[in-house]
Amino acid sequence: MRHTSTGVRRFSLFAIVGLLTTLGLGQAMHRHYVYGVPWVPGSEKFIWSIEARIEFTARGEPVTVKLRRPSDQAAFSVLDESGASPGYGLSFLQVGSQPTAQWSIREASGRQLLYYRVKLLQRDRDASDLDAAPPPPLRVPSWEEPYATAARTVLGQAVSLSADPFSLTRQLLQQFRAGDRAQNEQLLLDVAGEENLPRLIADMLQSRGIPAAVVYGLRLEDGRRRQKLKPLLRVWSGDDSEVFPIVAESTDPQLPLMLWQPTRGYVLEVNGGSRSNLSFSMLRSAITNYGQVASSLGETEDWLGFSIHALPIEEQAIFKTILLLPVGALVVCLLRILVGLRTSGTFMPVLIALAFIQTSLVTGLIGFLLVVAVGLMIRSYMSHLNLLLVARISAVIITVITIIAFFSIFSYRVGLTEGLKITFFPMIILSWTVERMSILWEEEGWKEVAVQGFGSLLTAVVAYLAMTNPLVRHLSFNFIGLQFVALALIMLLGSYTGYRLLELRRFSSLTDHAR
Amino acid sequence: MAISRKHLKALGIVGMNDRNINLITAYNPRHLFPLVDNKLRTKLLASEHGVATPALLGALHTQHDLKSLAEFLEPHAGFAMKPAKGSGGKGILVIASSRDEFFLKANGAELAIDDIRRHASNILAGLFSLGGKPDVTIVEELIRPDPAYKELSVEGVPDIRVIVYRGFPLMAMMRLSTRASDGKANLHQGAVGLGLALTDGSPVNAIQFDRNVREHPDTGADLMSVRIPHWTGLLEIAARAADATGLGYIGADMVIDRDKGPLLLELNARPGLAIQIANCAGLAPRLRAIDKLPPRCFRESPQQRVRRAIEILGEGQLNLKLRTGSD
Repeated sequence: MRHTSTGVRRFSLFAIVGLLTTLGLGQAMHRHYVYGVPWVPGSEKFIWSIEARIEFTARGEPVTVKLRRPSDQAAFSVLDESGASPGYGLSFLQVGSQPTAQWSIREASGRQLLYYRVKLLQRDRDASDLDAAPPPPLRVPSWEEPYATAARTVLGQAVSLSADPFSLTRQLLQQFRAGDRAQNEQLLLDVAGEENLPRLIADMLQSRGIPAAVVYGLRLEDGRRRQKLKPLLRVWSGDDSEVFPIVAESTDPQLPLMLWQPTRGYVLEVNGGSRSNLSFSMLRSAITNYGQVASSLGETEDWLGFSIHALPIEEQAIFKTILLLPVGALVVCLLRILVGLRTSGTFMPVLIALAFIQTSLVTGLIGFLLVVAVGLMIRSYMSHLNLLLVARISAVIITVITIIAFFSIFSYRVGLTEGLKITFFPMIILSWTVERMSILWEEEGWKEVAVQGFGSLLTAVVAYLAMTNPLVRHLSFNFIGLQFVALALIMLLGSYTGYRLLELRRFSSLTDHAR
Repeated sequence: MAISRKHLKALGIVGMNDRNINLITAYNPRHLFPLVDNKLRTKLLASEHGVATPALLGALHTQHDLKSLAEFLEPHAGFAMKPAKGSGGKGILVIASSRDEFFLKANGAELAIDDIRRHASNILAGLFSLGGKPDVTIVEELIRPDPAYKELSVEGVPDIRVIVYRGFPLMAMMRLSTRASDGKANLHQGAVGLGLALTDGSPVNAIQFDRNVREHPDTGADLMSVRIPHWTGLLEIAARAADATGLGYIGADMVIDRDKGPLLLELNARPGLAIQIANCAGLAPRLRAIDKLPPRCFRESPQQRVRRAIEILGEGQLNLKLRTGSD
């Protein structure tokens, strides 16, 4: 121990590092577990874009169309909705407790097309996990004879084979399954109509005082078009409820089920038109950026959940870059302290890496080399002019701008629009790079320029790769706490006293003396 | 070609990170850096503490001073022009002689007065100073090397660097300029580093570009037969200079003038690590040996400390410990 306070200093450093790490990870976990921000971009989270297409024929009189809009559910939340309907007035309103889209027009005739679009976030919970919707009021049906007797008989048999409303429903569905039907069931279905089976079973359940309703849902499958809503049977028992698919479903029951109309009520109501038809198309996109979701969710966040998403979109975009800088700084620390790379200007590589993000890597590398090479040539001529330092660097800045302008125009002329991206380079930084490299060349020779140039570019490329990594971007933007972890890591690196990787080569001539 | 961390550790080699944290940050308070980063201040400080330095011919502070540069240089056949805040030998221009209108560098290259003026102007503008800050150009008397060193150095004067740790000389080497280093005494530019035993200044090992050599690459002179006069005097100057600055870890660069004896050239608060390669020895065991000394030793006079350092760091002693430690 070469210094008396070394131990104390080490201890307080580790204490701070520990504190920062705990704080950072704590905040990150809070965001993950409380707000459900995923660790991995797009993991388990999908956004469904669903388009409802309403088609009908108008009769040349005032038209009002009401469409039930989906509401937030346990498995899905509504992010964004919009409608397209030329000439129609559109309003989103609540009719009773039901969210509704209402189109209206003074006069319309002929075939009409209305669109309603909604973006749904599928949460990573079990898609069949229903939210608590209150049971609808009982509507006890009245059957005429002999149907009343038939219904009683069927029900009686099912009740004797079941224990609760849900098992009763399953038993009823079993009895009505095609092929298993007895005479009474067939009789009831004949009068109700095959397509009204859900309604029939709901009525039978209600006649026994069990709240039940026909609800409508969509099986979500990526890229499907012209899909119809599926009638489903929803049965309540106290606060619990269950949804039963009716008879053979053509779609995979594993697909997530989204309840468009989760309780009893209309789905589509067209006044002033006929032959209405409702169909759906859907698209799935994995979320690469939770930010969009969070902002449209309009999270009400407490101070612990504080996040960049509270800012306006434009400021968020700025922060997206700013929050990546610590990653770049970490890369520079790693490469300089652990590897021992020499760079021209400590954080110049990070700024170059930021430019690479805008230009894409290959374009950026070519552009950087071109500008610096030409800049160096012009700068070497300028050194004969005996200019004062500030004036010389200003001259280099103008030269760099001219070079960039020239390359942009030239590449545009020959049809390489990629070349225009060269303008994303930070000109002042490039000028300083040219100036520093030029002095380095004069003083230490081209070898040192090559070494530092290579070191800078390698660092820039590694920083670029780290900063464009989707996972890194996702984590740095959505978990501000991780910035503390990066800080802790950098502090740890700052106290590393071991050998650098390149020192093992530098001191290699000592090998013979090691024994 | 690489050496394992274990071997480096066994040799007691101090790495860059170790140096930065445990030597420079720990022993060199930031506020003392200007004392050594400004050669003008170093010279002043040295003369206050009775340490000889090359005579100052003059200092140029403003661009205006350059107008009369020709008249100012007139009486001096040879001189060294340096930035006061330069580092690593940057911006040092040595004029060995003048002929007619021209100034001749040691390698015979001719420079016109305008070239000299441009160089001085660059120095003032801060081209060679840390952080590009405006600087002062200092002009020093030329050093006349001992003729014995003629074969040892190309276009320059060999200088001797001594690392001083907490007032004790720790390790020493001679730096010999080569054609590759353009007359400069910087190892990373290709100068030869000749490790010197702390006991008597006899050569231990020599390197160029971090690789072992036996002879001067340009003159072919046998490096292992070099003898350094005034050895303890040199170590004393280094120890005295360290005292003057208050810095706990410095490199003192000195030259031996034919007529004036040992002179302090400059001090470095961030001395490099190549001296370990030149000496085939790590700094760490020596640092530990100094740290083990009782507190009173650190209050002794420079002469006493030099004697003590030679005694405890003398070749046989430490190498013996090193061997038993590594096996």
